[in-house]
Amino acid sequence: MRHTRRQTSLTRSNQTPKSENVVRGTLKGSSARSVRRWKERGILGMLNGAALFSVFITLSILWVLGAETTNFFQQDEVSISEFFGTTQWNPLLGSEKHFGIWSLVCGTFLVAGVALLVAVPLGLITAIYLSEYANPRVRAVLKPALEVLAGIPTVVYGFFALTLLTPALQSISEGFGSFNALAAGIAVGVLILPIITSLSEDALKAVPQSLRDGAHGLGATRFDTSFKVVFPAALSGITSAVLLAAARAIGETMIVALAAGSTPKVTADVRDEIQTMTGFMVQMALGDVSNYGVEYYSMYAVAATLFVLTLCFTLLGAWIRRRYREVYD
Amino acid sequence: MMEERQISLAKRHRKDRFFRNLCRVVASTSAGILFILLSAILFEGIGALDTQFLSSPPDPDPELAGLYPALMGSLWLLVLTMVIALPLGVAAAIVLEEFQPRKRFLRRVHGFIQLNITNLSGVPSVVFGILGLTVFVSMFGLFGTEKLPTFEMGANYTDQFYNQGDFILEVPVDDPAAPETVPEAGMTVYTYDGRALELNLLGDDDDWPEDAALAERSLYSWDYPGRNKERSWYYFRIPFGRGVLAGALTLMLVILPIIIISSQEALRAVPSSLRQASLGLGATPWQTVRQVTLPAALPGILTGAIIAMSRAIGEAAPLLMIAGIVFITNAPGNLMDDFTAMPLQIYNWAGRPQKEFHDLAASGIIVLLTALLFFNLIAVILRQKLSKPLS
Repeated sequence: MRHTRRQTSLTRSNQTPKSENVVRGTLKGSSARSVRRWKERGILGMLNGAALFSVFITLSILWVLGAETTNFFQQDEVSISEFFGTTQWNPLLGSEKHFGIWSLVCGTFLVAGVALLVAVPLGLITAIYLSEYANPRVRAVLKPALEVLAGIPTVVYGFFALTLLTPALQSISEGFGSFNALAAGIAVGVLILPIITSLSEDALKAVPQSLRDGAHGLGATRFDTSFKVVFPAALSGITSAVLLAAARAIGETMIVALAAGSTPKVTADVRDEIQTMTGFMVQMALGDVSNYGVEYYSMYAVAATLFVLTLCFTLLGAWIRRRYREVYD
Repeated sequence: MMEERQISLAKRHRKDRFFRNLCRVVASTSAGILFILLSAILFEGIGALDTQFLSSPPDPDPELAGLYPALMGSLWLLVLTMVIALPLGVAAAIVLEEFQPRKRFLRRVHGFIQLNITNLSGVPSVVFGILGLTVFVSMFGLFGTEKLPTFEMGANYTDQFYNQGDFILEVPVDDPAAPETVPEAGMTVYTYDGRALELNLLGDDDDWPEDAALAERSLYSWDYPGRNKERSWYYFRIPFGRGVLAGALTLMLVILPIIIISSQEALRAVPSSLRQASLGLGATPWQTVRQVTLPAALPGILTGAIIAMSRAIGEAAPLLMIAGIVFITNAPGNLMDDFTAMPLQIYNWAGRPQKEFHDLAASGIIVLLTALLFFNLIAVILRQKLSKPLS
């Protein structure tokens, strides 16, 4: 039997043991080989199936979100111009339903913005410290602490935001509601802090030692080396780390479901109660909404918006990392 | 000129020292956050944490409430998810790492799959929840509903009569869509403990029989039944509905990219000299993978699997989409049973206004974090015990 197109680099190198048949000189040997080869092919087929399954998942996400969002826009109560052009989101209560996605998008970006304001400075400084300054003893404490932070379930951060941060903020200023964007944003920031730190540290570590040695040799301090040599060299990796963290912050669900509230509005006031896209989806999943109303389909439209947004951030991050990577020999 | 440079050097050193101190402050901030978070939770939650908490169902009274159904639900989910996701993920990783094609077109396909997996790992888990809701729970509505499924096995339907003497009489029903059984004279009915009896039908004017044996099998013609459904442990139906299986499949979607990526890294770390030696000895590619590469990569793969398990056990958003918040007092008994999980129960308690429930949530979090700690401990031990130098 001849090898066919399925052949791989590994199967190709397996063409020699023909001698096995010659030595045995029996028909039995050759048929056993044929069985084995069929078995190999079957196994490879199954393995390929498993790999293609991930593509299948993506396709079904696209299909489900696409089909149900189309359904949503075909309803009488909504139009594409209302969805993208207005700022009032009120699908559940009242006689007149409004579907303006911007209030949810604004809530999402408010929380993600607060999170990035918290996590980017802290994360980058920690990353530079770990990569450029810290001695092994400090690393041995700090790295595991960050790993533990990264492993804590998001619902725990939600609890943290609701029962610790919010009362603390309320004791500072009267203006904070029992649900507010700031507490949720800070908690999301703590959540993405380990992501920014570890990805940025990887990027900083990838900068060759010779660059640092060169800078030190020219009389630069550690600070100068870090900020004028290493940081710019790792900038593409750091940017992509921040974008990935932003995607994570936008898609974060449990923290905002617990701590940010459920009043969609366009505001920049972090003391206010807001609603994010993910928060709305959770509200829909918990409520007893019929399976076919316009408000049910609106959940898919919101999910599609969220999916497209996070996909943009992820792809942009991957592209920047690849396109602007400084390559050293 | 010279003087100016001197000043700037001193300035630069000051800047350096300042930044170093800033670094220390920032780094201790993140360690401090972790410390505050953990100690606050420990302080609030340790009070309610006892065996009663672990063994009793949730309750409107915070004194009596417990975590048992959520604990069992999480266990079911974890086992099912890993049973489904681990073989799939490892298989995909093997293809991507060990069977890289030479043809340009197939290489492109591989590159595309790889990019796709990277993107999947960035998809918010709540979107996977929506996908699971459509694909697993309702199956696009193509196969009927949870109440009237297209395919069902392991369910016994009976019509139950409660007669005037407080006896229960059961009539088996073959078709769940059939109308309710109407009592007929002489039909066979079953007692609650399974004895077959002949029905004694009474008319409107008849008095209730004095004889206990006769009363046990008597019904008035106007008695009507309630339909009862008993599910065996192997109960299965299509569509899956909001059951454990749908939850596990959805979690599988969330952790599959993690398992694939970590398994790929583990396989990549196996030195190629091992593969070449195996192939040189005449092993087929699959034999090489199964007997050489896979065992060598096993510690790494298992470590990745445990990280994925920690992710799965703490994941709440997709499960919230699938299961919602339901009041359940029992562990799931079959794949289609409604369920709740630890993160869902914690979310439920944390979202209530009363302080007592917040304490319960903190207790639940302690249990959840203990499980996570346990997983991480296993991962560390695995990494140390199993990994031996390969080259």
